[in-house]
Amino acid sequence: MRVLNRWRSWVWVLPALALLLVFVYYPIVENLRLSLYSWNAFSARPVFVGLDNYRTAVEDPIFWRALRNNTVFAVTSLVFQVGFSLVLAAVLEEFVHQRLRGILRTVYFIPAVISITVAGILFSFLYNPQIGLLNRALGALGLESWQHSWLGEPGTAMWSIIAMSQWQSIGYTAILFVVAIQRVPREFYEAARIDGAGRIRSFFSITVPMVREMTTLITILTISGAFLVFNEVMVMTAGGPSNSSQVLGTWLYRNAFLNDDMGYAAAIATVIFVITLLIGASQIYVSRRRRIEW
Amino acid sequence: MMTVSANANARAGAVPAATTRKVAAPRWLRSLGSVLVWVGLGALVLAVLYPLLWMVFSSFKDNREVFDSPWGLPGELRWGNFAKAGNAGVVRYFTNSVIVTSASILTTVLVSAWAAYGLVRQKIVGGGIVLGLLLGGLMLAPTVALIPLFGLLQNLRIFDTYWALIVLYTAFRIPFTTFLIRAYMIDLSPEVDEAAKLDGCTAAQTFWRIILPMCRPILVSAALLQALFAWNEFVFALVFVSNGDLKTLPVGLMDMQSRLLTDWPVQFAGLTMAALPMIVLFLIGQRQFLQGLTDGIGK
Repeated sequence: MRVLNRWRSWVWVLPALALLLVFVYYPIVENLRLSLYSWNAFSARPVFVGLDNYRTAVEDPIFWRALRNNTVFAVTSLVFQVGFSLVLAAVLEEFVHQRLRGILRTVYFIPAVISITVAGILFSFLYNPQIGLLNRALGALGLESWQHSWLGEPGTAMWSIIAMSQWQSIGYTAILFVVAIQRVPREFYEAARIDGAGRIRSFFSITVPMVREMTTLITILTISGAFLVFNEVMVMTAGGPSNSSQVLGTWLYRNAFLNDDMGYAAAIATVIFVITLLIGASQIYVSRRRRIEW
Repeated sequence: MMTVSANANARAGAVPAATTRKVAAPRWLRSLGSVLVWVGLGALVLAVLYPLLWMVFSSFKDNREVFDSPWGLPGELRWGNFAKAGNAGVVRYFTNSVIVTSASILTTVLVSAWAAYGLVRQKIVGGGIVLGLLLGGLMLAPTVALIPLFGLLQNLRIFDTYWALIVLYTAFRIPFTTFLIRAYMIDLSPEVDEAAKLDGCTAAQTFWRIILPMCRPILVSAALLQALFAWNEFVFALVFVSNGDLKTLPVGLMDMQSRLLTDWPVQFAGLTMAALPMIVLFLIGQRQFLQGLTDGIGK
């Protein structure tokens, strides 16, 4: 009876735990197993093939291109969503009058609340050579030679998608930085001013070190987001033209549900899993080391 | 960067002069700096808003205006475009999105609040393990689970139903939502619980009658963030629902785009109808939105 009583408190966490184990943890473990089989949606029995699916990946040039595209996505996003956003947040906080500051924050955040699908389709119209504003703007400036069929050419498709993603996310990370900056005690800035430090100096000597926690967090979120990117690419190019904008997520989707090679898709999923795991682990490592430092 | 410092000096110049002399910049440079910052901020506002305004304006135009006067206002307000977009599927997708989003808000918030209260106030054997599993769940990505879930949902016979999405949206958001609500509950005074207990409330009664109402602000934040997530979710909605009548907005719009092709104004109208609810919801619930966002990310 006492044993029963001790376990009775599990009634609180049981619903959450059951959903989590069945729909989040089990599939991820199962995916590791499936990646060792050759198997498709209709085959009666999966055939064990060991690491063959991973060998396929290593020898698949599109897999490597996808990985490279994810990396380019991550690096570009870091520049804009961490670097630029931090500067933007600091400018908003230190430079803009209070009332206007609120309005600007709201405006910059708006793209983050519309769905990626809507933003993606909207930008594919913007890039469209027939009706799009981008080519027309370039034409009006006399830059006809810069005009492109942005999503239709292998050289520009990936960058066009990345640009859309920055448009959507800069305001979001800037708001997070604003919150972090607001937590920095005002006295620090006043002391710096009395010592004759200008705003640039204050930014580098106070703001940057004081919001380091948030910077780490946003860096982690941005990098893992870049390796999980799917929706943007699916809506705007579906990985084309000629696989030039393929990323790991879309390549997985294509193999699973269009090429019907579930085993290979599961192997790609495992690669994504390992990458996100490493990113997560590095976050824990960084925050732990910092705690010791302090 | 130059611009920021130049203005800083301009401001500092108003403070007693002696301390600021050594960094003072020439006046023309200071005003040039602040002009550049304002131009930058203004350009960013334009870059953010212009595509959205173009979307709204274009949804009132006819095809010729879309081509001939992309920068201009629509000649007249053609509400018919919205009716056409609605008939082309937007209304159905919209309804589906509302159903899936509201159901998953209810389940996610209740299950998470229930678990959070247990973790904060009830002594749970192995509570540490539960927290660990929740924390790990924060890092696991939907994409990785996609292929096994395909089979699992078929075996559970919920593939291609609303339930597939509701269950997944709940399961994948429980970790975040539980941590969000837990952080708020930790700050509540335990005396409330004790008083309720003295009055003869069971733990469950305390939860429903006292704790939930007290947690209202964070529950609103949690609900708004779940709304944002579920309304915009794409991967699961793409893979686990193939019946055109059950598709949610993000996937339905993509379908519609390939169906309507060059009926541009109707396409724009569809996008506008999909984007507006979230923008309006955000403008109304801005404070709770940001509160939840920063609480969730900060703790």
